[in-house]
Amino acid sequence: MDVLTDNLPAYWTGFRMTLELTVLAGAAALLWGLVLAACRVSPLRPLRVAATLFVEVLRNTPLTLVFFFTVFVLPRFGVLPPLGFWTAVICLAAYTSAFVCEAVRSGINSVGVGQAEAARAIGLTFGQTLGSVVLPQAVRSVVPPLINVLIALAKNTSVAAGFAVVELTATGRRLALANPGNSIAVLVGVAIFYLVITIPAGQLAGVVERRVVFAR
Amino acid sequence: MTSVLYDAPGPAARRRELIGSVVGSLVLLVVVGVGVVYAAQRGVFGADRWDILWSPPKNQSAADVWTSLVVRGLGATLRAAVVAAPLALVLGLLLAVWRTASSRWARTPAVVVIELFRGLPVLLMMFFGLLGFGWEALSAVIFGLVVYNMAIIAEIVRAGLAALPKGQTEAAYAVGLTRGQALRLILLPQALRTMTPSLVAQLVVLLKDSSLGFIVGYPELLKAIQNNAQFFGNNYYVALFTVGAGIYLVVNITLSRVALRLQARQARRSTGAGAAPAVPAGSSTVSAADAAAAVAAGKGATPRSRSRGSRGRR
Repeated sequence: MDVLTDNLPAYWTGFRMTLELTVLAGAAALLWGLVLAACRVSPLRPLRVAATLFVEVLRNTPLTLVFFFTVFVLPRFGVLPPLGFWTAVICLAAYTSAFVCEAVRSGINSVGVGQAEAARAIGLTFGQTLGSVVLPQAVRSVVPPLINVLIALAKNTSVAAGFAVVELTATGRRLALANPGNSIAVLVGVAIFYLVITIPAGQLAGVVERRVVFAR
Repeated sequence: MTSVLYDAPGPAARRRELIGSVVGSLVLLVVVGVGVVYAAQRGVFGADRWDILWSPPKNQSAADVWTSLVVRGLGATLRAAVVAAPLALVLGLLLAVWRTASSRWARTPAVVVIELFRGLPVLLMMFFGLLGFGWEALSAVIFGLVVYNMAIIAEIVRAGLAALPKGQTEAAYAVGLTRGQALRLILLPQALRTMTPSLVAQLVVLLKDSSLGFIVGYPELLKAIQNNAQFFGNNYYVALFTVGAGIYLVVNITLSRVALRLQARQARRSTGAGAAPAVPAGSSTVSAADAAAAVAAGKGATPRSRSRGSRGRR
């Protein structure tokens, strides 16, 4: 157990890095995912097609492949992404936005058809229907799945460990290699830090979901 | 495509829509075009960047390259997935049954195991195998995949069991079946049928996660791409990556489509067979399959969500 207490500063730095990645990438993914979802239900066909393509491709691509693309392939196109932290934020945000889009879209679909029909019947436009009637109702049923998407994001930040970002998992790897005798204890420490994020967030999703169900 | 969100367009709206579509397409095309021209200027589309796929340099044959990518690379990816998937399914099923045990004390370990492994990154589990237990890369990859996915699958199956009408269990007990018999003969067969789409979707996640082997040093598809690029020169990254990404997309989209189709069939069957009683309380407007899928998709999938939820949590 000494390994844990001795290396607490390292753990803390890694944990902060994981948190920063999660928060920044999460915020970007929420915004971009919302835009994508709006595109996917919009009346304009090219927007729909482009957004659908983006979402389908990213959803069916492993996150590792997204990182691989940005780190090794993009430079061949003459785009030199800043290595490390910001690359990780961009990759995580792009990947997560596809799932945010799907969560929001299914939320929009979950609002009763009658609501949209009624809004249209009193003459609201597409923007008004979506903005004043459908989205406010959709938000409620979207929040729990969105929390789950963000939990997945928090776990996915670990992939950045393979691409020159020293967050929790990379810290764990380094410490485990430095303390071969105690590697299991070291990794258990890393696991605890992840659980500190994911388990409360999961509970929160559960609570919110029960609220929503009762509100219906 | 019609939507409830906006009216079927009239002539004026259709004209506007046409203009919007044309302008939008043009903007997209220009953006893509600029990218393509920029890339072309840097020689990305030159034959010398792509000839690795038919006549690679350094006295290697195209067959060598393709063998290293498809047979060894994809082969290794699939090997990890094919070993891990059945293990995860069986263990997940056992965990789910264990979790529904009647005594609180009996089911606590299962709950702990599920919650623990669901909340940890797959990569960390792989490092547990690699560094913690000192295993070789393949075992570590399989360990990570199995441990994580069994927890998710256990949740999917549990949700499937929970979505069954209570009458099924009661009837099974009433005719004198034991708990094991009721599960084996009555409950699991029904639950598994509604859960198939979510399970297939989870297998896509499992396959995607096998690419994490790249990070723990397992020679899978991505590693094969990198090895080739390092051998033949970095300029070949684009060509090699295109092949690798194409392979992943084809395999995963095919599996996703299968999941969607299974779900559609499920929905048809349950509405057709008058499965109204199967709708659990609190979701009266949702069809049985949807409700089950929604529960399965994790806490909080919404009705009509399409095999999304469990994929969201990789």
